[in-house]
Amino acid sequence: MGDMNENPLDILPEVLLAGSAVTGLLLGAWLPRRRQWLVGLLAALAAGGGIVAAAVAASRPDLTAFGEAFTVDAITGTSRIVVLGAVLLVLALFARPFHAHPRESEAYVLLQLSALGALVMAGTQDLLLLAAGYLLASVPAYTLAGFRKDGPGTEAALKYYVIGALLGVLMLAGITLLYAAGRATGYPPLGPALPEAPRALVAAGAVGLLAGVLFKAGAVPAHFWVPDAIQGSSAPAAAFLTTIPKVGALAALLRLGETVLTDGAMPWAAVISVVAAASMTLGNLAAFFQDDVKRLLAYSTISQVGYLLLPVAVAGRSVLAQPALLYYAAAYAVTNLGAFAVVCALPRATRLADYRGLVRHRPLLAASLVVCLLGLVGTPPTAVFVGKLEAFSAAFDGGHGWLAVLAAVNTVASVFYYLRWIVPAVSRGDGAAPAAEDGLARSVAYTAAAISLGLGTAAGPVLPVLGGSLAA
Amino acid sequence: MLTALVFAPTAVALLLLALPARTPLTALRLVWPATAAVELGLVIAVWAGYETGGGRQYEVRARWIPSAGVGYHVGVDGLSLPLLALTCVLFLACAVYSLRETRRVRAYAALFLFLQTTCLGLFVSLDLILFFVFFDLSIVAMYFVIAGWGHRDARQAALQFFLYTFTGSLALLLGFIGLYLAASPHTFDIVELTRQNPLAGRSAYAALVLLALVVGLAVKTPTVPFHTWLPPAHTEAPAAGSAILAGVLLKMGTYGFLRIAMPLLPEAWRRYALTLVVIGVVSVLHGALVALAQSDFKRMVAYTSVNHMGYIVLAVGAAAATADTSAQARSLALTGSVTQMVSHGLITGALFLLAGVLYERGRTYEMAAYGGVAALAPVFAALTGVAAFASLGLPGFSGFVAEFQIFAGSLGPRPLATALAVLGILLTAGLFLRALRQILTGPLRLPDAPGTPRAFPDLRAHESAAVVPLLAGAVVLGITPRFLLDVIEPASRTVLELVDR
Repeated sequence: MGDMNENPLDILPEVLLAGSAVTGLLLGAWLPRRRQWLVGLLAALAAGGGIVAAAVAASRPDLTAFGEAFTVDAITGTSRIVVLGAVLLVLALFARPFHAHPRESEAYVLLQLSALGALVMAGTQDLLLLAAGYLLASVPAYTLAGFRKDGPGTEAALKYYVIGALLGVLMLAGITLLYAAGRATGYPPLGPALPEAPRALVAAGAVGLLAGVLFKAGAVPAHFWVPDAIQGSSAPAAAFLTTIPKVGALAALLRLGETVLTDGAMPWAAVISVVAAASMTLGNLAAFFQDDVKRLLAYSTISQVGYLLLPVAVAGRSVLAQPALLYYAAAYAVTNLGAFAVVCALPRATRLADYRGLVRHRPLLAASLVVCLLGLVGTPPTAVFVGKLEAFSAAFDGGHGWLAVLAAVNTVASVFYYLRWIVPAVSRGDGAAPAAEDGLARSVAYTAAAISLGLGTAAGPVLPVLGGSLAA
Repeated sequence: MLTALVFAPTAVALLLLALPARTPLTALRLVWPATAAVELGLVIAVWAGYETGGGRQYEVRARWIPSAGVGYHVGVDGLSLPLLALTCVLFLACAVYSLRETRRVRAYAALFLFLQTTCLGLFVSLDLILFFVFFDLSIVAMYFVIAGWGHRDARQAALQFFLYTFTGSLALLLGFIGLYLAASPHTFDIVELTRQNPLAGRSAYAALVLLALVVGLAVKTPTVPFHTWLPPAHTEAPAAGSAILAGVLLKMGTYGFLRIAMPLLPEAWRRYALTLVVIGVVSVLHGALVALAQSDFKRMVAYTSVNHMGYIVLAVGAAAATADTSAQARSLALTGSVTQMVSHGLITGALFLLAGVLYERGRTYEMAAYGGVAALAPVFAALTGVAAFASLGLPGFSGFVAEFQIFAGSLGPRPLATALAVLGILLTAGLFLRALRQILTGPLRLPDAPGTPRAFPDLRAHESAAVVPLLAGAVVLGITPRFLLDVIEPASRTVLELVDR
């Protein structure tokens, strides 16, 4: 790499987001309460600008910045676009419920900071920066989980925080051990050094590291916070928690699997495939008889992470792994946000039965819900279908066919609980229209459903972009 | 041309949904039959322009997801053209039959139009993923038809239908991925895979892929032991839904055997063909015996579908036997299987629509609740009789042509199995005659559950207009099958050549 590259323009999306967060914090202190939406607008502009900058950067050759601590390649580029796009959608979900809220600008700022943490996790190739990204993604998220300051919200934040703090400490300990074993924290020197190091040391370090990253991804066994945190926090915050940090964590995992914790250093594929199998199975089984829509979606996200881990498990073994994960992550993000947007659009409807008759009052919203839920199942032509197809292919190609078969079985099982929600929504109701509604969230749901369908049918031009090689 | 044929119904469906709420009901009702009629016209045009024996025609190939080896590749040949025509005929019949539908007309028509796209799309697909997309979407659309417009326990039946067939579709997907990864370069294109024959000489791999494909297709067909979703789905579905489900959707499974499993996995197919013969015979006998035990008319017809699909599975299994049998006999069996698909579609479609008439009059399918209906409704009685005789394979109807070919073709390679399967004909004859006697003859008896009208009016114009053409088609095919066989025969010979590789 020659000279150390310290050009801040290389990390323009991150800089924009950080700048807008800080500016927003200052602005929030001065703006009258009714005008605080300007902070949200600023955040949206920053995210939009970040997407443009990320797209421009993606069309250039890969590079590393800041002493090889940060890399701009296909993984970073896609994660940036997915995370920032998700931020835009989540901002729209935040706008109505938090309008003229005493802490409105804080909500926007926390959202941006946490998303920034996810971006750092996705783009870094240094363990220390990964830990920083972890903390940056986590701490604001704890606050968002308990933002309502009510009973369930406090419980959600507390559970999320306690588990996050515990696993965060484990992660730091793991990083220390890996540093001891490989005498470096950057991925490029660490990769070749670890297979030479004592196996026990590497294994212990890797377990600690994985604990933290899997916590962010919400995968079994670090998933205990998910159901309570999602059910307890407000719907927009839940939409955020289940999408943006996960994308960052999964991108980080893929990078770790491809460059650092390869099979030479530890049985990476075996460990991740067991985690994936456990996530999809436990998530699905627990989702079966949930009656609360947010809790159902929470378990559904756990199982989705299981499918998302399929390509991660075969990272480095199959060339299909990287495009599969990145595409699936994008598909998952938009589809999951769409489902949560429907929940946000009907704040009074918390149980499955409350959706009865939705098709009569809001046919388009019901259609969006059906598209998103069937999308999560993986019905063509939604985006998740192509994602699953790629993920299954990658798993077969990487020699983990059994995992793909298990994922297929789980997919069938998941149909059951998604249908439990679809059925009341599309059947005739008793006539009462839903009371409170959020029009903006409704348009987010339409948008997400449309993107999910569009991304699925237009997968042709998207997929090759994601296969770009890793920056060495 | 094919693209227009496939996607026009969905375009109309979207338009239909976008029409303002004040659109008069009559206009809404007419859109669906009009579209179905245009579709039929299109398919007739395709048939007219089809060069018999000319192999694949109307091919369209476009890049879709090139990096995943997925392309938009469609075309017709002698296997798919008859099924395309069948699909359009049946959908038109169902559209006419549903003219008097009162419940949520707009959504009903839109769903059926969408369903027609998935059916047509599946039969023209020459790409595995395209095939899978239509396969899966047909399940989704049919789920909503059953759940939304079915009878009492429709939810349960629809859920069972969805879970079963969705499981099958995922097994199919895994098999497709297996084929995709075996090919080099990786591709899902059926034509390309047929040319490559990627699993030649890799027997264990091929066996696994074949297992996945056969399970997926057998669930959809359905064959014993994967048939348990069928009777409840049929019993609870609305009449038009049942007609499409039995008439078209079941064919997706058997068509898949001919289009995908046989040409793409010739070695494995030959090795395990005996298993399919056994499954076929068991389906024939089991379907017929269980149908014999039914007291519910629609359920009985549903089980005869298992029986009729069994003949097809028997034929495709028998056609793979290479030892000392003439190629002509095996080709006969395959041609018979395609003819049987068309024939079964027409006849069972008519039977299910007639079952719908019965239910609409008496609110029950229980055969014991009816008696002497012939006196009140002679047209209904006559058509039901004709449909029943056609279904049991009486000469002069298409079913006879199909089953005769299947038996004649399979007897050489698999004499014992064929002999057993012929028993199925006897059983179906018995059960249909019993049903006819029960419902149509004897002293007049009508169900008098609360709310049912006492009278049993004869077929209305729209009902006759839906049923009569289907039965007329069965008769035409039974008397002059040549025009159909001329299309199928070259294609079945091609399939055999591919199996013999």
